[in-house]
Amino acid sequence: METLTVPTTVARNEEGYLTDATQWTPDIAHAIAAEYGITLTDEHFAVLNYLRQRHFDETPLTIRRIGKSGIVTIKEFYALFPGGPLKVSSKIAGIPKPTSCV
Amino acid sequence: MKQLVILGAGTAGTMMLNKLHDRLDPDEWALTIVDRDEHHFYQPGFLFIPFGIYEPEEVVRPKREFFPDGITALFDEVERVVPERNEVHLASDTVLPYDVLIVATGTAPCPEETPGLLGPLWYEDIFDFYTFEGAVQLAEKLETWEGGRLVINLAESVFKCPVAPLEFAFLADAFFEERGIRDRVDIHYVTPLSGAFTKPKATAFLSGLLDEKRITVVPDFYLESVDNERKVLVSYDGQEVPFDLLVSVPVNMGAEWVETSGMGDDDDLRFIPTDKHTLLARDYANIFVLGDATNLPTSKAGSVAHFEAEVLTENVLHYVAGEALTARFDGHANCFIETGHGKATLIDFNYDTEPLPGDFPLPVLGPMRLLKETHLNHLGKLAFKWVYWHVLLTGKEMPVSTALSMAGKKVDPKPIAEPA
Repeated sequence: METLTVPTTVARNEEGYLTDATQWTPDIAHAIAAEYGITLTDEHFAVLNYLRQRHFDETPLTIRRIGKSGIVTIKEFYALFPGGPLKVSSKIAGIPKPTSCV
Repeated sequence: MKQLVILGAGTAGTMMLNKLHDRLDPDEWALTIVDRDEHHFYQPGFLFIPFGIYEPEEVVRPKREFFPDGITALFDEVERVVPERNEVHLASDTVLPYDVLIVATGTAPCPEETPGLLGPLWYEDIFDFYTFEGAVQLAEKLETWEGGRLVINLAESVFKCPVAPLEFAFLADAFFEERGIRDRVDIHYVTPLSGAFTKPKATAFLSGLLDEKRITVVPDFYLESVDNERKVLVSYDGQEVPFDLLVSVPVNMGAEWVETSGMGDDDDLRFIPTDKHTLLARDYANIFVLGDATNLPTSKAGSVAHFEAEVLTENVLHYVAGEALTARFDGHANCFIETGHGKATLIDFNYDTEPLPGDFPLPVLGPMRLLKETHLNHLGKLAFKWVYWHVLLTGKEMPVSTALSMAGKKVDPKPIAEPA
């Protein structure tokens, strides 16, 4: 398939999270992932789509919940998004950083 | 008679009982409340027990003291709810039919969810402080503990009163300093989140406290298991944190009957999907949920239960009158944060507004200060115990608005420069 890649500009906050989750595209995900040296695969996207769905359902995210999602185990989740997997995957998924109340 | 049944007689359930008793027609509605425990615990007081600031007996009272006359109180275990038949089944084989059900069965720490947490070191070198028993046992331990590595660990990011572990760290610093052994204690705060503070303004205004109090933060640590033999926490990505004394905030889950009844969220944490504005259960037309039992995207805290109770009282009255549920909860929470040495700070926020600095509840006059350590905030926290027993639980009006107010808040403040 012929494709044309055009640069997209999206707003991010000071920590690099998208300020509007609806502006996310897979291309943006690839670009943010590259900042972490992660090359996204279908497995990554399965997790990213799940995170986005939960975000728009307004369900507070936990790593445990992702482990019970049937998409990845917690170990696999860490392998896909090393470091702080929830904060890294949330950033790549274009959703806000998981936070506490302070 | 129509039946209104409340499950759970903690902070949320007791407030709802008193408010609805005052507002529903007693010739039309019979009120029943169910709880498995006859004791009401003042849970904010659990934080003070380990440090000898409160004596255990100060935080316990009989639940019956807070029930109005003319209601039915059952001390029994909820086995399951059958929403299709509008029935609550209790462990004693009693079946309670309901026209309206209010769920307030809260959340509890579940140390059995993490391998090794409930092992041989439980209540030897590993403690929780979110239960009466844990707080009392930890007080005994701290009385004679001679120092070492104190690790405060959050097993999950969703749990009751998210500021309490931080308060514990601050109070521990002051406690060991007063005992003259602070130099022999290493305090580590180990969290699955990106830091002890995660919101921009709170981070800017409060994160200096961690350095000042010499608390080491270990971020992005998601606990897999506790090795009792080597006394280390092990994360899912193989990091290890050794401890001499572990103060754990175990995985928090809703009541067991939620799972038995198939009413929980898609995961297994047993929180009930709830409309974040009306507090109606997502899947049921005559079941309302408030307090820690919901899956709402705000804190699990007593102040949240209080503001929800105000909204829910209006919506239950709308519901029984056949009207639309027009009262809306905004996610409002208001929490004191003890910082030790007779000081505290205060946060006030909702679904849309992060904790901001400023004055509370009145601009300039305060008298409380938001995101700032003051002695008066601390006095406010201590005074709250009296307010809780005498005003809040009995359903009387509190001098704080139900919806978040922007009066006194500074939207774009500059943090005060760190002292050199």
